[in-house]
Formats: sequence, structure tokens, C-alpha cells
Amino acid sequence: MSIDRATIEKLGELAKILISESNVEVTTRSINDVLTLVDQLQAVDTAGVRPLANPLDATQRLRSDVVTEPDCRDQFQALAPAAENGLYLVPKVIE
Amino acid sequence: MTWETVIGLEVHTQLNTRTKIFSGASTDFGAQPNTQACAIDLAMPGTLPVLNEEALRKAVMFGLAIEAEINEISAFERKNYFYPDLPKGYQTTQLEKPVVVGGHVEITLADGSAKSIRIHHAHLEEDAGKSLHDDFHGMSGIDLNRAGTPLIEIVSEPDMRSAEEAVAFAKKLHAIVTSLDICDGIMAHGSMRFDVNVSVRRPGEPLGTRTETKNLNSFRFMERAIEKEVARQIDVLEDGGEIIQETRLYDGDTDTARAMRSKEEANDYRYFPCPDLLPVEIDQAYIEAVRATLPELPDPRCQRFVEQYQLSEYDAGVLSENAATARYFETVAAECNDAKLAANWVMGELAAKLNSEERDIETASVTARQLAGLIKRIKDNTVSNKMAREVFDAMWQGEGEPDGIIEARGLKQVSDSGAIEAMVDEVIANSEKQVENYRQADAKKRPKMLGYFVGQVMKASKGQANPQQVNEILLRKLDELL
Repeated sequence: MSIDRATIEKLGELAKILISESNVEVTTRSINDVLTLVDQLQAVDTAGVRPLANPLDATQRLRSDVVTEPDCRDQFQALAPAAENGLYLVPKVIE
Repeated sequence: MTWETVIGLEVHTQLNTRTKIFSGASTDFGAQPNTQACAIDLAMPGTLPVLNEEALRKAVMFGLAIEAEINEISAFERKNYFYPDLPKGYQTTQLEKPVVVGGHVEITLADGSAKSIRIHHAHLEEDAGKSLHDDFHGMSGIDLNRAGTPLIEIVSEPDMRSAEEAVAFAKKLHAIVTSLDICDGIMAHGSMRFDVNVSVRRPGEPLGTRTETKNLNSFRFMERAIEKEVARQIDVLEDGGEIIQETRLYDGDTDTARAMRSKEEANDYRYFPCPDLLPVEIDQAYIEAVRATLPELPDPRCQRFVEQYQLSEYDAGVLSENAATARYFETVAAECNDAKLAANWVMGELAAKLNSEERDIETASVTARQLAGLIKRIKDNTVSNKMAREVFDAMWQGEGEPDGIIEARGLKQVSDSGAIEAMVDEVIANSEKQVENYRQADAKKRPKMLGYFVGQVMKASKGQANPQQVNEILLRKLDELL
């Protein structure tokens, strides 16, 4: 599998990453290299191997349903570019 | 030629845990903005999610209640998209390995027919925050208290064929999740939100192109949105047009719908397994332990009400649908020892009051015990039905216990037959003309003429005579004069 320039540009848009004109070629090549490696991996016969959701030989531990987090709004909002009446302010997003 | 409607639902159901699905921040509704959004909910660097055991348990309860498979290994994935109320830039959700797979929900329609709606799967995920579009100097305000609230998204198969079926399905799901006590079911708080997939086709043909109307938060809006969308699609097709697969928004206040601005890439969520969360193992012993805790569900409860209380299917259905209503009814029935009267009052006077004030039965101003106390006074003839309604209103206004109100307002019904006979005698003695007319009248007309005498006696007793007794005594005395 290989991907073209248009796909890289679209992925850049979806991920909100600016891929400059001068970088498109090299990014396309790097990602195609990764995909070549994936192709190699996919050539291995995995019949009879259980699918692996995570490389660690462990399962998710669970938390008790107990409130442990205090209100730290003031500290968090001090970091925000804009906040008012307890709300974070962002550029208008309504359609 | 007719059209067939095909509907599938995705139901976002907030789980009523104390804390978020992946953090220890509170999920209480109505807190000051952003006071319940911790570093994990805000996606601060260096934080890691840990799954809430209650969220998992409640999802498993739902799966068992609808006779679904529970996946032994369940895994979380990232659904990537950018929106300011989603701080991480992805929603942690499930795709390949949801907790709940398959299952079915039984619905009953107005004509009494039954239908089974298949569930495709139900998965655990986190809710997003809320965007407030009031004007903040041309900016939007973001409240992240809801971000990370646990949800199960319940996805049905496209098994519904009308808005009525979709509403019946949604209401049954509501009844199931509230009976399980895994969701508070408060629609006004957004505790259940519906995405509706609608398409139309000629009977027997393959499925038509569907549209999705998102985020409907009441049964009525859902019904309207479906009806409107079906009509729109049929119009387009009959005019020779084509349905475009799109996401639509319905505005309940104006009863209008429109297509969302659709971006070609909007649906490319680039799912991948979440590296921050390990697979969740759900073993058989755990499943059986959860199964043992399942409370009574609406369908079996309805059957029990029919058998135990001799209620009609309809009454049993209404009273058993919601766990709180069922509890209230059963308390009243047990206390007053008259299921039929208990059912009438809960479905009549009480339901009317709750409806008019848009309140839930949990917040009713008259407790089950108080209502039972009142019904006892109807049964022992202390008050008539009419007086009982007055006592009920007074209880609703917070005037206290039924016996106290009956006493204070002098509402005791006169059931002493001697006293009623005396009043009847007096009325007859003072109504010479009417008595003469009654005697002369055709036997068929007499029952109608009795009303005058009943009215006079009731007036004489200031409304406190037992109307049934008044009728009997009057009839007897007047017949003696014939």
C-alpha cells in the first residue's frame, strides 16, 4: 500500500497539522516507508494467533467510583488564553 | 405506490455514576461551569485515564437485561475529530470490541401488536463538554463539566418502520435503563439523546440512502423529526430527485430541520486503539455476579402487575414502565389494600398533577403513604370521590396528612342513614310541586327527575352526604309516595 500527495494533504487537514509545501514530498516518502514496513509485517502468517489489543501482557485495572478530584478551575483557567464567568472562551464555533 | 420507512436509532445514555468514566471528577448535574473538569478531563499532558468500575458494571447490566453477548475482552479506541468541547482532540470510545454485542428490545404498539427490535451493539464512551453560543465578544463559551461523563451508546438495527415504532423503542429503552438504575432518565438534562437514521424505499427493494438527524432529546421531538424527514425524502424521490447522505439538525422549538454544513472529510475519524487504556477483561464469574444483581425489568413487572393486582394490560403497562412509578403504585396498593383504586389515583389525579407541573414522580408533593391514607378514607366512606379530590389538592399544597385535612376542612361525608333520612324527609316535605310532578311522570322519566331531589339533599348536607346513600333513600321514600 502506498499513499499519494493528495492523501497526505488531506490527513494534514484532518489532524490540523500544517504540512508546508516544501515538506509534502518528504512527508509522503516517510509515511510510505512506514507503510512498506507494515506490508512486511502483514506478510507474516498469523493464522491461529490471537489478536492483540495491546502489547502489554496486562488488562485494564479499574477505579472505584469515588470523587477524588477537587475543583481546580482557577488554576486551570489561569493557563487559558481567555476565560469569563467560569467558561473557557474560544473562537465562535456555531454553524 | 406506497413507501416503506426504515429507521435505526443510536441512543446516547448517560450512566448515573458519581464520577467520570476515566477520572475521579464529579458528574453532578448543574454545577458551576468547569468546576468538575479535572486535569484528565481537560487532557493536560502527563495524565492517564483509568476506567471507572461502576461504568463498566452498568454497561454489563444493560447487556444482560437485553439478553446480549458480553465481550470477554473489550477495548477502547480513539475517534479523532476537532471541536472545542472535546479537549483531547479525540473521543475515547469503542469500535471493534464493544462491551455489549447483540440483544433485543421488545416493543408494544398502540394497536396491541408486539415487535422485537434487534440491538447491534452497545459501547462505552465519554461524553463531550458543552459549547455555549451566547455572545462572549464574538467568541463561544466552553463548559467541560460534562466532558468525560460515562455514556453507553446503544445502536439498534434498522428494524423500525414508523415514527411510532421508534418512539415505542426509545420509551422502552428509557424504561429499561431507569429500572436498572443505570441512568437517571432525565431527558431535560440530556441524560438520553437520540440520533435517528431514516431512509425510505419501495417495499421489497434494497435500503434507500439514509440521513442522520442528531441529538434529539425528547420523544416528541424525535417523532416530529422522523415524520418530517420521511415526508421530505418521499417528496424528493417523487420529484425524481436523489437523497444525499447527510447529517441533519432538527430544531424542536421551530419544528424545522436543515442539513448540517457537510464536509467531505467530516466522517473520517481515523479510529485506532487507545494506547492509554489496556483491554478490559470481563470473565464469566463477574458476569454471573452482575446478573445476580439485576432488578426486575419492565416486561416481567408488567406481567406480575396483571396477575398480582388484576390490572388491565394497559394499566399494568403504564404503571410498570418506570421503576419509580411502579414503586409508588405498589406502596399505595399495599398500604390501602385496593390495587384498582391505587391504580386509578396514580394514573389519574397524581399523573395529571405531575404532568401539569412537569415533575417526576420522585418529587411528587403527595407521598405514596399519604395517597394510601386518602384512599382508605374513600373506602370506609368517610369522604366521597369529589371530597377526596379536594383533600388531594390540599395535600399537594402541603397542608399535611389526609385525616388532618378532612378534619380541618370539615369534609367528613355523612353516612349516618338516620341523618340522611331526616334530610330527605325535609326536602320531600318542602317540594310539594316537584313530588307531584314526579308522581305524575312516566316511570321512564323519573330517574332524570331524581336529580333535583338529590341536589336539594346534597345542598342541605353542605355536600357532605354520601351520594350513593342519598340516592337509595330518596328512591325508596319517593316510591312509597307513588
